Amino acid sequence: MTDGGAVLKVAMPKGRIYKQASKLFRQAGLPIPEDFDDSRRLIIPVPEANMEFIMAKPVDVPTYVEYGVADIGIVGKDVLMEENKDVYELLDLGIARCRMSVIGLPDWEPVIHPRVATKYPRVASQYFRERGQQVEVIKLNGSIELAPLIGLADRIVDMVETGKTLEENGLVERETLFQVTSRLIANRVSYRMQNAAIQSLCDRLSDTLAAKA
Amino acid sequence: MSKPKGFEKPIGVKDYLPHAVAKLRRIEHEVLACMRGWGYEQILTPTIEYYDTVGVASATSDQKLFKLLNQRGTTIVLRSDVTAPIARVASSLLKDHPFPLRLSYHANVFRAFEEEAGREAEFFQTGVELIGDPSPEADAEVIALAIASLKAAGVPSFKIAVGHVGFLNGLFGDTLPGRAEAQERLKECLLQRDYVGYRTALAELRLEDSVLRELEGLLRLRGGQEVCERALELRVSDGARDAIRHLCEMWDVLGAYGVQDHVLIDLTMIGDISYYTGMTFEGYASQLGFPVCSGGRYDNLLAQFGRPAPATGFALKTTRMLEVAEVGQEEPVRALIRYSPNRRREALEKAAGLRAEGLAVVTEGIAQTGDGRRAAGGSGAGDALASAPSGRYEYKGTVYDQVFMFDEKGGDPQ
Repeated sequence: MTDGGAVLKVAMPKGRIYKQASKLFRQAGLPIPEDFDDSRRLIIPVPEANMEFIMAKPVDVPTYVEYGVADIGIVGKDVLMEENKDVYELLDLGIARCRMSVIGLPDWEPVIHPRVATKYPRVASQYFRERGQQVEVIKLNGSIELAPLIGLADRIVDMVETGKTLEENGLVERETLFQVTSRLIANRVSYRMQNAAIQSLCDRLSDTLAAKA
Repeated sequence: MSKPKGFEKPIGVKDYLPHAVAKLRRIEHEVLACMRGWGYEQILTPTIEYYDTVGVASATSDQKLFKLLNQRGTTIVLRSDVTAPIARVASSLLKDHPFPLRLSYHANVFRAFEEEAGREAEFFQTGVELIGDPSPEADAEVIALAIASLKAAGVPSFKIAVGHVGFLNGLFGDTLPGRAEAQERLKECLLQRDYVGYRTALAELRLEDSVLRELEGLLRLRGGQEVCERALELRVSDGARDAIRHLCEMWDVLGAYGVQDHVLIDLTMIGDISYYTGMTFEGYASQLGFPVCSGGRYDNLLAQFGRPAPATGFALKTTRMLEVAEVGQEEPVRALIRYSPNRRREALEKAAGLRAEGLAVVTEGIAQTGDGRRAAGGSGAGDALASAPSGRYEYKGTVYDQVFMFDEKGGDPQ
């Protein structure tokens, strides 16, 4: 949160999404480097674009933005739904496209005490509650596909991009919760105090997206 | 959860140490003085209220209220704001007082938050309510007073965004007649600040192109007077037009107050739709990630206490302002007087004299034994009087501007 004309602080997700996001920024005419020589740096000034990148773990991006230590950020809809932070969701960037799904073994049948393993406990709980089902949600941090194979849970809720991992493990998608893409988000105060800069970035990105579509 | 350790306190509450309290009191003092200058008189209401009256009427959602049971089993709430208690007072104790009523308050309020995110379970609010005046003039007055209060508190740079609930209700009602569900969905998206969801919802509603463009354009209706003019071009009926005219008039009044620079009109501002009935606004300070004030018009609240009346007001989030406010700190001149028992009276008279002059004076008795070692008032390393910068003295962790010594030998004060 700085005054108009000041450097825009951008919380950028490290890794896979960064490459696609920086490509989109470059297509929108913003001189953003493709990769950084020293990938261990956490704060990277990009004076050409009047920005400063805060390289964050994707799941932390909404937190930085909500507290205002970053003015804007780029984050997947999956994280946004799970973290449930009070931020502006300004633009669908259409990158890192995948979907959130309920997955199980092909011969799955309803069980009396359903257990669902997931990295997204809030999303999963909410989904089943809305459908009038009470399930035990088990939070895991990785290799979610293991859970139904070894009998920890009868189903999982996870992101599916191509479905290849599922296929290799003999699992099938049963329901889709929602489509996931990366979003441009903004802090409540920055969105007002730095409105011109944020709006112009938003416009350039959405023009670029419209041209691609 | 394991048993709390001695230093722990419930999540969301804070201790304020002397330095922070001094600043908080200063902000409170400056802001209340500013409000008094506009004819608002301060009121105090209880910390606890009945759930069925103030609790239900307040803008705070049910799960965010702190609830307790009293010995009779009646549900009590810790006040979550002061607006609903003031509505109760205006309709009961002050029911014969003619409108308009101008009241101010400074109080701690409570919210039951389960999670972190900088949300406090107890925080201070300073605010005003202007009851009994429905005019744009009254709405502009509270916004201008909010601006004056933020300035008085020393908030260096801030903006106020103003919207109107009636405009959105009118616009959606006119463009989506009879489609209550769709209207709710769009409002919910705006309330959640989810512009992506808003556009997605619009795309799924299969609207005429012109309507679609109008509703999409809403996301860009932000700025000054020109926003009102653009909004009036939309094909909307009386409800929405009245709202825009109200905002236009407010804008003119704010111009007369000379504060338009701090204000921007944002027609996507929605506030709490179940509570606010007209204009709503929020204040933002640079260097602070969360809003510093919020307010608006709530014409339905007073009726719940039996005295229907239009009302408008705002609350400053005083605790948050603590981080950014630049108020002058008036540090008292501190003096230390140390004395031996035979000169106690003389020393304490000196202290009284200095206190009358406005100094902060600490006195300490020293009992000296035959060999000259101190027996009372502590002893040991770190107790020695040390010099501090700019000719001051440090003693037991406090810095004093003046030190006086009344000892047995009758030596001169230092």
